[in-house]
Amino acid sequence: MLFRLAWRNIWRNKRRTAITAASILFAVLFATFMESIQKGAWDHMINSVVNYYYGYVQVHEKGYWDEQTIDKAFPLADSLKQLEEKVPEIRKVLPRIESFALASTGEHTSGVMVVGIDPARENAMTNLQGRISNGKYLEDSEEAALVAEGVAENLGLSVGDTIVLISQGYHGVNAAGKYPIKGTVNFGSPELNKQMVYLTLPVAQYFYGATGLVTSLALQLDEQDDIRPVLRALHTELDTSAYEVMDWKDMLPDLVEAKTVDSAGNVIVYFILYLIIAFGIFGTILMMSKEREYEFGVLISVGMHRWQLGLTVWMEIIMLGLLGAFAGILASIPLVYYFYVNPLRFSGDYAAAMEKFGFEAIFPANFEAHIFLLQALLVFIITAILALYPLVKVRRLKPVEAMRA
Amino acid sequence: MKVITTKGVVKIYNPDKIPVKALNGVDLEITEGEFTAIVGPSGSGKTTLLNVIGGLDRPDEGDVEVGGHDIDAMSDNQLIDFRKEHIGFVFQAYNLIPVLTARENVEFVMLLQNRPKKERRERAEELLRAVGLEDKMDKRPSELSGGQQQRVAVARALAPKPDFILADEPTANLDSKSTANLLDIMARLNEEEKITFVFSTHDQRVIDRARRVVTLVDGKVATDEVREGKV
Ligand SMILES: Nc1ncnc2c1ncn2[C@@H]1O[C@H](COP(=O)(O)OP(=O)(O)OP(=O)(O)O)[C@@H](O)[C@H]1O
Ligand SMILES: [Mg+2]
Repeated sequence: MLFRLAWRNIWRNKRRTAITAASILFAVLFATFMESIQKGAWDHMINSVVNYYYGYVQVHEKGYWDEQTIDKAFPLADSLKQLEEKVPEIRKVLPRIESFALASTGEHTSGVMVVGIDPARENAMTNLQGRISNGKYLEDSEEAALVAEGVAENLGLSVGDTIVLISQGYHGVNAAGKYPIKGTVNFGSPELNKQMVYLTLPVAQYFYGATGLVTSLALQLDEQDDIRPVLRALHTELDTSAYEVMDWKDMLPDLVEAKTVDSAGNVIVYFILYLIIAFGIFGTILMMSKEREYEFGVLISVGMHRWQLGLTVWMEIIMLGLLGAFAGILASIPLVYYFYVNPLRFSGDYAAAMEKFGFEAIFPANFEAHIFLLQALLVFIITAILALYPLVKVRRLKPVEAMRA
Repeated sequence: MKVITTKGVVKIYNPDKIPVKALNGVDLEITEGEFTAIVGPSGSGKTTLLNVIGGLDRPDEGDVEVGGHDIDAMSDNQLIDFRKEHIGFVFQAYNLIPVLTARENVEFVMLLQNRPKKERRERAEELLRAVGLEDKMDKRPSELSGGQQQRVAVARALAPKPDFILADEPTANLDSKSTANLLDIMARLNEEEKITFVFSTHDQRVIDRARRVVTLVDGKVATDEVREGKV
């Protein structure tokens, strides 16, 4: 009965209902939009950084990450190559052998990082081929090098020239070789641009005197959500006393830190957002309670208990909250979807600065059910708490005074 | 049998600032079956007296006994239940719940009493017939005239079979035809069903139809006149 009364009260003043429900709707819409864009931007950023080179997960010999030396190379056993068949979330396994070397032309010398790669696999994750600015991409196991533009510039080399590399190989052997430059690649990041030299895997292994060995396996995954199952699978598939398995968070603590700092900043923004939302909703509740004081007085006079009246009004607001939150979800879906498909794009200085570091200045929205649900729930909870105000009001109401106006 | 007894009732508003003695020692007895008008100039304490009798307000001094119960001894919650069972209220205006139909409004207090559905329904229809609204049962208050709304209010007040009905200026917002009509209904209920009515009014036409007229002046009973043969 109280429910029926509450239900009908909702439809009694359609304008008030519309205003309250709309304020809840926009609250959900706004909060959802904000979180989707913010999460989306970070995900996009992390995806770019991670897929740029590192991959979401890497496997090394135990202790490699702390002391990155060629001496910690390990045999690329078939069982490792087969991981991509055993663990469904692993798209590709990218074997690499990486170490530092000196590159020289006779006149100039420069420290570089020489990485042996499987060209096809490497390209699948990092789109290395797409970064070719001159010449051609590497094939299979050919004896040729791909150098970053900065390296080529420092050494005064171009496609067709020969690069000479000298280093200390596996367990101290002398490593030396000369390779024709097949192409140059452009990295946005100045860091990488100054030092990257790519060889095919067997050629690099031979150069380092480490035939059949690799220093790391980068794993290509589809998305961040796959990290957890992959880590779990690797802990059973691999001998964890021999290998270390790291995800991007372990490898890129600075990025994690930046994200945490950003999120902390956003707590304030969200707090202000929810505060505005709360005030808006509270305003309508306040108005409604004021308008109906006389009615409340009559109802208590004729024998309705305060808790019954309070419950009725509370249910009204709860229903409005549900209605508004639900409508908010419905309204958010197309909006967020639009920005998921058509990411926000920045241009100008900011974009240029970002591109310099190899990121596209685009901010796609995340289109995730839990964001909608969580924001709708939060706004609903705020509403439910504010709905307690009429309860307080009804508790204190003196019918005689309420009806004197 | 006495349904209402007040002894030396005093009610002071604003005791800390500028105190207003709304009631200044009211002694009054109402017997079952009476049809009593409380009259007096504006501010003489009519509303205050009805509120105190109805348990909506507590006196500062004196005793109020309703149906043999000492109202002052009851807690707020007990008072609410007491009002629900024993007292019918008709206010000046906006008595009805706007979102309920006439029938549902009449059923409302019985609903609060958890009466069975069939009984509620039958009683509501019977009462609405008694106030001449058998064809308006499913109308909402906004679809009824002021006089019709007051008749629904009377029907609602009667629904829980109260000991008496308190009506504070029930005709204040009505035109003379509706006033006469409402008075007819109240008088008939009083005659035929022995319903006790206590109502306040300013309206001479209403005063003329009361069988007992209690006049308040400055929060005190000034005159108390019983007129046989009226109504
Ligand atoms: N809640 C209140 N606070 C302060 N003063 C009050 C309050 N209620 C009533 N009064 C005062 O008490 C006195 C009696 O008021 P009451 O409403 O009982 O008079 P009334 O006879 O019903 O008047 P009217 O004919 O205008 O309805 C008046 O002076 C009024 O101003
Ligand atoms: Mg009055």
